[in-house]
Amino acid sequence: MDWSKHKIFETKSLVLLIGILVVVSLGGLVEILPLFWLSATVEKVQGMRPYTPLELTGRDIYVREGCYLCHSQMIRSLRDEVERYGHYSLAAESMYDHPFQWGSKRTGPDLARVGGKYSDEWHVLHLKNPRAVVPESIMPGYPWLAERPVGSKGIADNLKTLKAVGVPYSDEMIKNAEADLKAQVDPDGDGVEALQQRYPKTMVRQFDKDPSFVSEMDALVAYLQMLGTLVDFASFDASGPNLR
Amino acid sequence: MKSQNKVIAREAFSDVLATGAALLAVVVGLIFAVAGRDEAIMIHGYIFAAAAAIACLFVANRTFVSDQANDGTGYFDGPVRVATIATVFWGVVGFLVGDIIAWQLAFPVLNFDLPWTSFARLRPVHTSAVIFAFGGNALLATSFFVVQRTCRARLAGRWSPWFVIWGYQLFLVLAASGYVLGVTQSKEYAEPEWYVDLWLTLVWVVYLLVFLGTLARRKEPHIYVANWFYLAFIVTIAMLHLVNNAALPVSFLGSKSYIAMSGVQDAMTQWWYGHNAVGFFLTAGFLGMMYYFVPKRAERPVYSYRLSIVHFWSLIFLYIWAGPHHLHYTALPDWAQTLGMTFSVMLWMPSWGGMINGLMTLSGAWDKLRTDPVIRMLVVSVAFYGMSTFEGPLMSVKAVNSLSHYTDWTIGHVHSGALGWVGFVSFGAMYCLVPWLWGRRGLYSQRLVEWHFWVATLGILLYITSMWVSGILQGLMWRAYDMLGFLEYSFVETVEAMHPFYIIRAAGGLLFVAGSLLMAWNVWKTVRGDEPVDMREQPRIAAAPELREAPAAARPVPAE
Repeated sequence: MDWSKHKIFETKSLVLLIGILVVVSLGGLVEILPLFWLSATVEKVQGMRPYTPLELTGRDIYVREGCYLCHSQMIRSLRDEVERYGHYSLAAESMYDHPFQWGSKRTGPDLARVGGKYSDEWHVLHLKNPRAVVPESIMPGYPWLAERPVGSKGIADNLKTLKAVGVPYSDEMIKNAEADLKAQVDPDGDGVEALQQRYPKTMVRQFDKDPSFVSEMDALVAYLQMLGTLVDFASFDASGPNLR
Repeated sequence: MKSQNKVIAREAFSDVLATGAALLAVVVGLIFAVAGRDEAIMIHGYIFAAAAAIACLFVANRTFVSDQANDGTGYFDGPVRVATIATVFWGVVGFLVGDIIAWQLAFPVLNFDLPWTSFARLRPVHTSAVIFAFGGNALLATSFFVVQRTCRARLAGRWSPWFVIWGYQLFLVLAASGYVLGVTQSKEYAEPEWYVDLWLTLVWVVYLLVFLGTLARRKEPHIYVANWFYLAFIVTIAMLHLVNNAALPVSFLGSKSYIAMSGVQDAMTQWWYGHNAVGFFLTAGFLGMMYYFVPKRAERPVYSYRLSIVHFWSLIFLYIWAGPHHLHYTALPDWAQTLGMTFSVMLWMPSWGGMINGLMTLSGAWDKLRTDPVIRMLVVSVAFYGMSTFEGPLMSVKAVNSLSHYTDWTIGHVHSGALGWVGFVSFGAMYCLVPWLWGRRGLYSQRLVEWHFWVATLGILLYITSMWVSGILQGLMWRAYDMLGFLEYSFVETVEAMHPFYIIRAAGGLLFVAGSLLMAWNVWKTVRGDEPVDMREQPRIAAAPELREAPAAARPVPAE
């Protein structure tokens, strides 16, 4: 082999620079770009919808507090995981997640299908003081979430931004964002029907049992309680034509 | 005379430009401070404006001081000195925060149930402080030092190298304070929000230009191998940073943004970024460091020129494909997982190519391992590099990954690379650099380096062995079935089982922190100019170049 041919890279810094750029670009081009246009990447499923304003607020809190650092939201297609957590996670289930929350570590259990597994009361107690309900838990306590009101003012802007990056929020959803946020914790209010029409399967209740204001606790519990509940697995056929 | 006037005019122009830019930055900071839509961005606005105001004074204070007058050596080492001190400072901070959160996992009461002290807000402070603050400053310091020496040229730019170093510190302060306040994108190792990302982009582009500019004015015909690695690191990190952080802010006056990608595409992009933060920040950059400091300290040439060519190109080509091994058995399509695994296994070869080239450089000088703890640190770092780059491909195999993923095994693996490889190669480089940069005859104390080496090595061993045991134990417990075919353990039983290992890990971390404090003390005394306490034990190469000429016997012996 003629090693002197390498000399051009060692004597011309711009050639070296271009060489590096070409070599390091290939992997990403091949592995990332096809995911955007191969239709088989994300399954076609029934039931997925964008987050309600309250759920989205809860999700933003989940992100802010770094919950993903200890909890995954990605059930792998392994026997023990499916038996412990439920049906393995589908790509479609996180298609509206900007950014994704699959996580990389399970210091605590997976949360992809935690929705409906525990009562609201359990979640509130657990978030305030995890060891009150799980003595061996090593999770930090978040008692202050219940004391912080959710700022509903700018929520329409959040929906608008998400729409701009591809989440199918309608103009109606954006217009009613603030009202919908409040309606989700007011089961006797007027806005419930419209909210559930816009966002099917939405759970409407006083999540933290404190009717005086919408707290961050309300939002976070609303988010946790809907995780993994949207896709209709009765109509989903893993080997069927609706997939890949 | 005429050319001298031209130089003065150019420098004056550069001073005006720098002052103008700093004033502009003050205005931008004040806009955020006054009109910001949330508390965090207002605080950041004030920090930014204050930093820019200080920069303004800094520039104004040195206006019309010619470059040549700044430094007698012909090299531009002021920024290198700042980055060297910053490396030691951020190292101590990063290790300390890491150990605090390790104790939090053993004893959750240490979270204090406050927003700013909970594990998940401090964890990014730890990871960013060690990777980007400690590692990043070590890379800035050594790359600016090495590129000047190996090109025999002064750093390009008058204010730009200062801007790179101090601009980078500002980035670190904004990032870390943001995490504590709850400002995060939630993408691991890319947590800072959009406006901090933009600032880093600016700093990084200037860094690339300074580096390229210095290469362009070199007096050596060849670009030395260390610079290939530094350049690959700078360019690739720029690419990764720009793509992975693509986001749309909710408001241009607010801290919150949403990432442009979602779900599976976002996951793939994130781990393409995340694994190559390891590959290019923590590997390529530090290989550049290895290629300068190991031969220099051992006073031996690099083992194989051809091996360096082969392993350079294959390493940077293969690394970029390895990301999907973070997503085995997930909703990422199988073809991508398989590609990721295949390339990860192949990556073993160029990684060991680098290890062999580093270790074999010691050929004929192995005796120095006994007498020089600095070279021992450098060599052990390369050994840890070899170990973790074998463990990595192993863990990327799907069958192994099904057990190891989501467990502490990954954490242990990362730390054998971070503490053993990145930590030790940086410590070695810092111990070389400090006497060289401050013109000392040696380190204040070589025996303290010896202590640092053993205390830190013991700490690493406790750390990685406890994480192997806890990781594999947890992985096995999650998948254990009883005789009736039910899952044997509830999740929380596996958490409980981790407790003793979390204590051992935190104790190991404490030793590593203690080692870094010894280093900080040693560096402080050396910089201050205290007479070395064990000068006779230190090798000739420990001294600054200008003090190196006299043979060992003729050197004046300090009074004892």
